[in-house]
Amino acid sequence: MNEILGILHEYGKAYLWSDGYRLTGLAMTLWLLLLSICIGFVLSVPLAVARVSRNRLIRTLVWLFTYVFRGTPLYIQLLIIYSGIYSLESVRAQPLLDAFFREGFNCTLLAFALNTCAYTTEVFAGMIRETPYGEIEAARAYGMSRFTLYRRIILPSALRRALPAYSNEVILMLHSTSIAFTATVPDILKVARDVNSATYASFEAFGIAALLYAVVVFALVWLFRRCERRWLAFL
Amino acid sequence: MFYGYGPLIASGTWMTLQLALLSLAAALLLGLAGASARLSQRRVLQWLASSYTTLIRSVPDLVTMLLLFYSLQIALNQFTDWAGAGQIDIDPFLTGVTTLGIIYGAYFTETFRGAFQAVPHGQMEAGIAYGMSSWQVFYRVLFPQMMRFALPGIANNWQVMIKATALVSIIGLSDVVKATQDAGKGSLQLFFFSLVAAGIYLVITTLSTLLLVWLERHYAVGVRKGEL
Repeated sequence: MNEILGILHEYGKAYLWSDGYRLTGLAMTLWLLLLSICIGFVLSVPLAVARVSRNRLIRTLVWLFTYVFRGTPLYIQLLIIYSGIYSLESVRAQPLLDAFFREGFNCTLLAFALNTCAYTTEVFAGMIRETPYGEIEAARAYGMSRFTLYRRIILPSALRRALPAYSNEVILMLHSTSIAFTATVPDILKVARDVNSATYASFEAFGIAALLYAVVVFALVWLFRRCERRWLAFL
Repeated sequence: MFYGYGPLIASGTWMTLQLALLSLAAALLLGLAGASARLSQRRVLQWLASSYTTLIRSVPDLVTMLLLFYSLQIALNQFTDWAGAGQIDIDPFLTGVTTLGIIYGAYFTETFRGAFQAVPHGQMEAGIAYGMSSWQVFYRVLFPQMMRFALPGIANNWQVMIKATALVSIIGLSDVVKATQDAGKGSLQLFFFSLVAAGIYLVITTLSTLLLVWLERHYAVGVRKGEL
């Protein structure tokens, strides 16, 4: 018990928001989660529409993207983007690419955003496909254009119905952020590992990290339950 | 083609497959045990099983893995010191199997619980009425029907678990990730070899999808689907 108090006294701030120089710990994990979820969401909506497109080529291309990203571990995707791409001479020769890929944070964000985008695209595409036929027919009968049909009818309903599956994906993404430390991003697990190597109190160091993650998961579950109650009230 | 690293990568792939299959076996057994505990009449068992699944599922796999890997070693060191024996190093493979088994056991518990509850109660009563013992009711009546409902969940968990095996290289197992990274550093072709790792995982997940589709057809024998 004394050990935990000692660790909290010395490293509590690093676990929660800062080690004195930069964002670390919980704040870093949440920032990373928020950014990747937002980028993933913005990309996945048009991709989901393309995924159910009547054009075979577009459909297959999006399928290929989601298939590859869902069929390989995120850790390997991160390795490819972080150490793989940066090891290429042609990337380092370009000043812009060099500046981007040199930062562990950028690489992590890119890998996470693409990965969650692939899963979210499939979730949204599934829901778009399940839109009741009558609704689409009615919208057509009103003379809506394809764009208006998506904007007013299909997307609002599909995104709402996707909420339970989407909340699952967000929680899995939070779990996935724990590999960010392999690209030198100072998230919760990085702090825990530093504490572990400084104090040798492994159980306490990783236990605090586990507790922090669990608290965030419970908060997310609560938040999504409230959203569901509000936006899925019609079901 | 692999700059002479072919055998290393092949043995890494084999290691990953062994890890995945053994962890699957452990997780399935734990899942069945957990589901029976959650559905049992005893309050204590129900409570134990539900806190197990809630706790494990709210913490990232990697954190659980590191927690167990380091703490188990320290606990073992304290024990060997106390017993006066030499230090025993925990093998990353064993830790990998144990932790993946424990983690995915929690997910399988939930899958099996739902599937058992989906089997109509009358089936069990009919089995008892025929004079079967509770074990016979389980493996003759409940289990085969439960598998039908559990398979989609099992398939899902398996795909997630295969991908989670990549994390075990972080605690030092010489699996396919470690092998390809070593090959990449040795040959200065890190990009190429990382792609190879991704390709190997893609092949494994694709083959398992095919196998699972076949299994689902196998367990769906005699089920009439509603026609739309």
